[in-house]
Amino acid sequence: MKTPDEHGRFGPYGGRFVPETLMGPLRDLEEAWKAARSDPGFLKELDHYLKTYAGRPTPLYRADNLAARLGGQTRVYLKREDLAHTGAHKINNTVGQALLARRMGKTRIIAETGAGQHGVATATVAALFRLRCAVYMGEEDMRRQALNVYRMRLLGAEVRPVLAGSRTLKDAISEAMRDWVTNVRETHYVLGSVLGAHPYPAMVRDFQSVIGDEARLQILEAEGRLPDALIACVGGGSNSIGLFHAFLGDPGVRMIGVEAGGTGLEPGRHAARFAGGSLGVLQGTRTFLLQDEAGNILPTHSVSAGLDYAAVGPEHAHLRDTGRATYTHVSDDEALGAFHALAELEGIIPALESAHAVAWLLREGEGGRLGSRVIVNLSGRGDKDVEQVARRAGEEAGGA
Amino acid sequence: MSAGPGKTGGRIAAAFAGARGRKRCALIPYVTAGDPDLATTRRLVGALRRGGADVVEIGVPFSDPIADGPVNQRAADRALGNGVTLRSCLELAAGLRREGAPPVVLFSYYNPIHRMGIGPFAQAAARSGVDGVLVTDLPPEEAGELHGALSPAGVDLIGLLSPTSAPDRVAKVCALAGGFIYFISRTGVTGMRDDLPAGLEGQVRAARRAANLPIAVGFGIGRPDQVRAIASFADGVVVGSALVRLVEEHAGAADLEDRVEAFCRSLAAPLGS
Repeated sequence: MKTPDEHGRFGPYGGRFVPETLMGPLRDLEEAWKAARSDPGFLKELDHYLKTYAGRPTPLYRADNLAARLGGQTRVYLKREDLAHTGAHKINNTVGQALLARRMGKTRIIAETGAGQHGVATATVAALFRLRCAVYMGEEDMRRQALNVYRMRLLGAEVRPVLAGSRTLKDAISEAMRDWVTNVRETHYVLGSVLGAHPYPAMVRDFQSVIGDEARLQILEAEGRLPDALIACVGGGSNSIGLFHAFLGDPGVRMIGVEAGGTGLEPGRHAARFAGGSLGVLQGTRTFLLQDEAGNILPTHSVSAGLDYAAVGPEHAHLRDTGRATYTHVSDDEALGAFHALAELEGIIPALESAHAVAWLLREGEGGRLGSRVIVNLSGRGDKDVEQVARRAGEEAGGA
Repeated sequence: MSAGPGKTGGRIAAAFAGARGRKRCALIPYVTAGDPDLATTRRLVGALRRGGADVVEIGVPFSDPIADGPVNQRAADRALGNGVTLRSCLELAAGLRREGAPPVVLFSYYNPIHRMGIGPFAQAAARSGVDGVLVTDLPPEEAGELHGALSPAGVDLIGLLSPTSAPDRVAKVCALAGGFIYFISRTGVTGMRDDLPAGLEGQVRAARRAANLPIAVGFGIGRPDQVRAIASFADGVVVGSALVRLVEEHAGAADLEDRVEAFCRSLAAPLGS
C-alpha cells in the first residue's frame, strides 16, 4: 500500500498549499482521521452504514452482451457503483467524512459539486446525521444538472450558486474553501474527490478503497483469478483510485484512467490534464493541471460536469510517473456513444462520467486486446444525464 | 530569538524601523496590479506614497483567488482581462523602484510563481527591486524552496499568521520569514468588515512577544478608527479591499489619484506623524 509521506506528498505531488488559517484545521482533520481509521468502533460504524444504508457491497456484474460486442474474447465485469444509494460511488466518501465530522464535534458540513452527485451524497448524509449543510455549485452546472439541484433541496441542503469564473466545479471548490476558511471552527468541508490539501487525497482514497476491496474479492470468487485490466474515468479521480488501490500490489493488473477529451485537445475544449497539462499548484495541491503561460487556470470543457475540472488528483500524477497506471482520454461523442450502447446492450444507463470508461473499452477492447477479463468501474447512474442527452439529441435533430 | 542575516538589512525593515523611530505604526496599503490598468496602478502608488504609505503591497492577479472576497476577486478579473501577468507585475515593480516608491511587497498566489520557476522568479524579483514577496497559499511547510531562492537574492519572504495558528507555528513561520509578519485578523477571506474580531489584540501581542519581526495586521480593516485601534498593539496595518473598492468605484475618473491619496492620508492621520 502506497501512502503519502508525512507531508502528504506522493512523490513530487500533493502537499498542503493553503492559507495559514487552514493549516491548523487540516492538522486537526489529519489527526482525527488517523485516530478514526484505527479505531474499531469507528470502522464498525462506517461498515454498518455502508451495508445497511448505502447498499454495499455493490454487485460485480458480468456484462456478456457488452463483451459480445467486443468479439467475445474478453469477459467484461461492471462494478455497479451506480446501484449504491444516491446513485454513485460518492456516498462511500460522504458517509465516512460525515461520521468523522460528527466525531470532531462539527455541526455543519459544506461541499462543492460538479455533476451534483457529490452534493446529493453530502446532503443525504447531512440529513441522516442531522448536520446543517450548504452545497456550492457553479451556475453553469446548476443549469446542466437541474434535477440534482432539486434533490439536494429536498434533502434539506442549501444550494448556493457560484457565479465566479467559469461557473463550474473549480469555482465551486474555491467558494467552498472560502466558506470553510470563514466558518472553520464549526464547519467540516466534505471535499468530494482525491484533491485538495493533505489529508484529503489520502483520506478520500481510503474511504473509496472499499470499491476495489470488494471488486478484488468478487472477481476472485467469480473467476478464481485477478483481472487483466481495470478501467475507470478520472475527473478528480476518486472512483478510479478507489478501484485501483486494492490492486496496486498485483503487477499483472493493468490500470487505465480515462479523462475527458471533450471536443478536441485545444485549450478550453477538454479536461485531459495528462494530455494538455503541466505541473502546477491549485486549490491546495501540486499536480498536473491545465494552465496558461502565466500560471492562470484555463477553462475546461466536458459533456460530463463531473469530469470538467482543471486538475487531477496528485496520487494519479504519481501513479502515472511510476508507470503503475496509464491515462488516456475519450471525446464527448465517444462518451455519448457509450452512454447509448450500454443502455441498449445491457439495460444500464450510465452516468456520462462513467460512460467515458465504457467508451474507452469499446474503442480499445475489441478482439481480446485487453486480455481475458476486465473490470470497468460504473461509478454512477445516468438518470441525472437523461434530460441533457435528450436535449442534445433534440438540438442535433433540429439543427440537421 | 535573533534576526538572521538579511532580516534586518532590507528596505522593508528600514521602513518599519523608520516608523517605529517616529513612534508610528507602519501603514501598508494594497492595490491590485493592473486595475484598472498598469499605468494607473503606477500613478496610484505615487498617490499612496504622498498619502503616507510606508510599504506598498501590489496584488498579482490570479484566476482562482481562494483567499479573496468579492472586491479583490473582481479586481483580479479586471486585471486578468487587461492581460496582466506576474511578469508585467515585475516590470511595474521595476518602474516603481526607479520612481522612488516605498518598499514593494508582491502579494501573489503560488501558481504564477511556480509556473515561472522558483529560481527565475527570485532572480527577476531581485532585478526588479521587489523588496518582499507574500504568497497567500504557501505555508512554511511548503516554502523551503522559495525561501532558498529569495534569501540569497535579498528579497524578503513575508510570513503569515492567523487566529487559528497554534503557538508552535510562530517559530516555524519566523524561521523563513523576513521583513515582517502579516497577521491575518480573522478567519475568512479579504474584505471590509464593520467590527474588529474579539481577542485580536491578545493574539497579536502574543505573536509579537514570540516573533523576531514586526507584526502587521490585515484582513477586514478599512476605516481610520479601525486603523487607530490596530495601531495601539501592532507594528503595522494593512488596508486592502477598502482601497480596491475605491479604485473600482472611481476608475477612469479624473480625480482618482486625489481620492486615493486623500483616503490614504485619512488612514495615516490616526497613526501620528
